[in-house]
Amino acid sequence: MGVNFDLTVIWAFIIAFGVFAYVVMDGFDLGIGILFPTFQVGEGRNRAMNSIAPVWDGNETWLVLGGGGLFAAFPLAYAIILPATYPLIIAMLLGLVFRGVAFEFRWRDARHRAFWDLAFSGGSFVAALSQGMVLGAILQGIKVSGRAYAGSWWDWLTPYTLLTGLGVVAGYALLGSCWLIWKLDGPAQDHAYKVARRAAVATLALLVAVSLYTPLLAEAYWRRWFEAPGIYFASQVPLLTLILAGTLFYGLAKRWQAAPFWLAQGIFLLGMAGLGVSMWPHVIPASVTIWEAAAPERSQVFMLVGVALTMPLIIGYTGWAYWVFRGKVGHDGYH
Amino acid sequence: MFDGLDALLLARLQFAFTVSFHFIFPAFSIGLASYLAVLEGLWLKTGKSLYLDLFRYWLKIFAVAFAMGVVSGLVMSYQFGTNWSVFSDKAGPVIGPLMAYEVLTAFFLEAGFLGVMLFGMEKVGRRLHFMATLMVAAGTFVSAFWILSVNSWMQTPAGHEMGANGQFLPGPSWLAIIFNPSFPYRLVHTVIAAYLTTALAVGGVGAWHLLRDRTNLHARKMFSMAMWMAALVAPVQIFMGDAHGLNTLEHQPAKVMAMEGHFQSHPDGAPLILFGISDQKAQRMDYALEVPKLSSLILKHSLDAPLKGLDTVPLADQPPVGVVFWAFRVMVAIGFAMLGLGLWSLIGRLRGKLYDWGWLHRAAILMGPSGFVAVIAGWVTTEVGRQPYVIYGLLRTRDAASPLAAPAVGASLLAFVVVYFACFSIGTWYVLRLMSKAPVPHEPGIEHESEGPIRSAGITPAPAHGALGKEDR
Repeated sequence: MGVNFDLTVIWAFIIAFGVFAYVVMDGFDLGIGILFPTFQVGEGRNRAMNSIAPVWDGNETWLVLGGGGLFAAFPLAYAIILPATYPLIIAMLLGLVFRGVAFEFRWRDARHRAFWDLAFSGGSFVAALSQGMVLGAILQGIKVSGRAYAGSWWDWLTPYTLLTGLGVVAGYALLGSCWLIWKLDGPAQDHAYKVARRAAVATLALLVAVSLYTPLLAEAYWRRWFEAPGIYFASQVPLLTLILAGTLFYGLAKRWQAAPFWLAQGIFLLGMAGLGVSMWPHVIPASVTIWEAAAPERSQVFMLVGVALTMPLIIGYTGWAYWVFRGKVGHDGYH
Repeated sequence: MFDGLDALLLARLQFAFTVSFHFIFPAFSIGLASYLAVLEGLWLKTGKSLYLDLFRYWLKIFAVAFAMGVVSGLVMSYQFGTNWSVFSDKAGPVIGPLMAYEVLTAFFLEAGFLGVMLFGMEKVGRRLHFMATLMVAAGTFVSAFWILSVNSWMQTPAGHEMGANGQFLPGPSWLAIIFNPSFPYRLVHTVIAAYLTTALAVGGVGAWHLLRDRTNLHARKMFSMAMWMAALVAPVQIFMGDAHGLNTLEHQPAKVMAMEGHFQSHPDGAPLILFGISDQKAQRMDYALEVPKLSSLILKHSLDAPLKGLDTVPLADQPPVGVVFWAFRVMVAIGFAMLGLGLWSLIGRLRGKLYDWGWLHRAAILMGPSGFVAVIAGWVTTEVGRQPYVIYGLLRTRDAASPLAAPAVGASLLAFVVVYFACFSIGTWYVLRLMSKAPVPHEPGIEHESEGPIRSAGITPAPAHGALGKEDR
């Protein structure tokens, strides 16, 4: 049990890291998609899209790592969560199909560009909403019997999951607008500042709503957040979030360039920490712990070698690709 | 509306539909990424702008095809869990890590360098850009390596142990799992198939433009390169296919029986059934057109070698013969047609008529999409042929599906069908439209297309091609 215990915890952190990397990286891509209709047709939209054209594919790969990693490291959780949130996963995938092909298709067909712009923003919105609702569906608990999902195919639809879904949509819009502040200038950047303020208000409002709702879902959450000893650690999360949010609003007012993006990322990191507080050590709250869902030690060790060898390289060349396309986006073509 | 169908059949249809659609794009992008690397390498080596023009021309097509491959591939990585959750739970410890390695060593590599490959030529310089192209090409190959290892393990499982909870667990050696008995054959056969598919597509485009203008240097170059591939690689592929077939005979004999249409055992030499209509209930081939003893010669390299038939396999363990029998014939027929085209082009080349024979060009156009048909037919052969198992001999397909109601699976299948046909047929149309324009000297790069191809189409009226081409010569 000794080694296995440690490896399972390590794998829980690796999956959490993969999910976080996905959320903050494809999050701003999807956020730009969600905000796309508010940008002026022509230069505004072209530049917004060009700011992510070279990197979106790499960003989306973290979702494959999240899904594939969950499959590999916690196969039982994968086998329960996906059937339980079936329509959401399908909606997310189809949304991402529209979003993904729109990157190329809108440049191939000027006459139908308006349609592909709609596919881009609609696909991004559906994907973001579905992801947020999957999160909510996991937090509110999944009916499990034996080693399988035991509920019906609409169990995931509740007011709570709608709230988490909208929360993620608003959060992605915040990330996207802050990215655009960093990458654009001129009137398009002014517009991004305006949108970022609204998205920040919406994100924080929904974050507060979800945070207040969650402890009411289950007694375990309540104890974790509001009773000693949990409260000493847990209370740091909202406090830090408050500080970052205040700084973000100040930065947006002072027209900081890059800092709002990093502050928004910080808020997401704290949201992730909050999730950890609520869920640990379950992968499906109240039903399945990470140890129950974990793959055997041989699988964990084999994959850990792969992660240790490749992850530094992946971070290295991904960072290089971002570096190549650094700076403000140009006014024509893809740069 | 789905009441008449059961959830299992719908889930199988959904997997067959999404994976068939998906595989079209990697079959193209594996080959095209390597072709692009070759073109860019030749440009760097020779300095001839012709190669750069071709590189830029095919890069635009690659970008569209790759995007479709990425989004349809993402669907596949979740399909295991949505529709086949029992399979995922049971096989996850063995195949999950292989798929994780695919993400770590291939998907990130492709995606990380794709942006630089597509848009970064002027930002990073030629050598670094060439490296990015090589990395993308390597990524497509590494991806094929891992996913074919997974598929092969499901066909010829090895190196695993059975857990007390019904899970397949990895044994002491991962190499035994990765390099399971059918993997080397499947890998080589599939990767060559991707190269041939791309070569035929490139050759078809080259031939199309040669028919319009035989002096077009760009069309000549791509047609010539593609026909070299067809002439040299098609025979290799037929040889590899034969080797793969012998491997299948050893490990999945029932699949080969279905491919051959052998319901009966033949103790003294089995005939090759060229065509026939299978009647699985009656366990016989109707209207069979046979060549005596030839099947034994092909499979056992001896005229009188005995071959067992499906009469040795219980009906419940037999794959559906009709589909496997015909899909196999489609693939083989196309393989030999490719060989024929390659030989024809060799004759033309020897006589100095490679760019003049209109019928050769017409045949190449006809054969342009044939690789896609062949790879799908090949996959149908091998996937239907291993039924009724999802993990051969160990886990039946019907025991692997998610506990989902038929309406859920049916509705999602319908959604996939509608969205895939809408998105990917439009995408294919964009690819065809890019192909229908001839490559030109000083082909504009993808990064300069802020208004898309509409604008660049207006710059070069057709009659100018020949003149410009001659200057370049």
